[in-house]
Amino acid sequence: MNLIWTAILAVSVLLAFLQGADGATAVTQGVVKGAEDAVVFAFGLIGALAFWSGMLKVAEASGITNAVARALSPLVRLLFPSIPPGHPASASVLMAITVNMLGLGNAATPLGLKAMEDLADLNGRRDEASDAMCTFLAVSTSGVTLIPSTVIAVRAAAGSAQPAAVVVTTLLATLAGTAAAVAADRLFQLRRWRP
Amino acid sequence: MSGLVQAFSSWVIPALLLLVPGVALLRGVRVYEVFCEGAREGLETAFRILPYLVAMFVAVGVFRASHGLDAVLGLLRPAAERLGLPAEVLPLAILRPLSGSGSLGVLAELLKEHGPDSLVGLIASTMQGSTETTFYVLTVYFGAVGVVKARHSVAVGLLGDLAGFIASVAAVRWLLG
Repeated sequence: MNLIWTAILAVSVLLAFLQGADGATAVTQGVVKGAEDAVVFAFGLIGALAFWSGMLKVAEASGITNAVARALSPLVRLLFPSIPPGHPASASVLMAITVNMLGLGNAATPLGLKAMEDLADLNGRRDEASDAMCTFLAVSTSGVTLIPSTVIAVRAAAGSAQPAAVVVTTLLATLAGTAAAVAADRLFQLRRWRP
Repeated sequence: MSGLVQAFSSWVIPALLLLVPGVALLRGVRVYEVFCEGAREGLETAFRILPYLVAMFVAVGVFRASHGLDAVLGLLRPAAERLGLPAEVLPLAILRPLSGSGSLGVLAELLKEHGPDSLVGLIASTMQGSTETTFYVLTVYFGAVGVVKARHSVAVGLLGDLAGFIASVAAVRWLLG
């Protein structure tokens, strides 16, 4: 991340330099706008994050989380062999993936973060990602989607005769993307590769 | 079938609202207090991820403002055409892993220009819907738990996006083309 972040900034400034004074103004505005967007975004997230964290706490206290974890433990063992059976991480990881699949956007991030917290407990709170975290990120970044509700809405707004025509193609593409990501993650883990 | 799935997913949250507090109350949990305690933790998480969000949004903002995106497009065009990605959807493919709202804007423009039911429109819609904003997920998820060494996650995320894009083109050409 250190290298990527610095490189993006350096390349941008270099490109701006080639454009002369306009480039400098554009980059400076990019900084102001980007920083502002980040805060606006985070504020938009606060409500949903607080709400879903609260609901998860209730689910945990009532034993619902544990029941879900026990029922689906074979699936978790297959994808995340390093999570011990019955650990709270197996439930939160599964719930995060399920909510992601249903396209419930504003619920997905809070559940994903809860899953990361549980995985971090397993990882001893180190600053390096664990195997399970990498697999969870592979699934989350490729975003398995059953119903692309936002895209369907945008298509309808653009006057499509069949807004939902892309549901099946999206499902195929998302499965291919996730399968590729999970397979690549497995290969990297076998070789213990570190960039 | 897709209508059924859609109906199901629209009732998931209302069902959770009924079930989770209901079951908890029956089991003697102090539902209201426990909820507020969890909500406070959620608030703390929101503030914890803010620095990482600023870092990423600024990098993406500067990159777009400096026309870095256009430069990358020029470099990648030949390779994309060999892979069968139409040149029109290339900007979307580059922006998709970086910015969710930015790529949605590009999709809206593409749909307006080429029509939502054209080949380009269908491919672009499938690409947008089939993957997540990889850098956002990486930044926020790792940031929330203080992980700075992401190991192979960046490479895996981008590889998944690339596979998803190629599969989008193939699926649209095969089923709708």
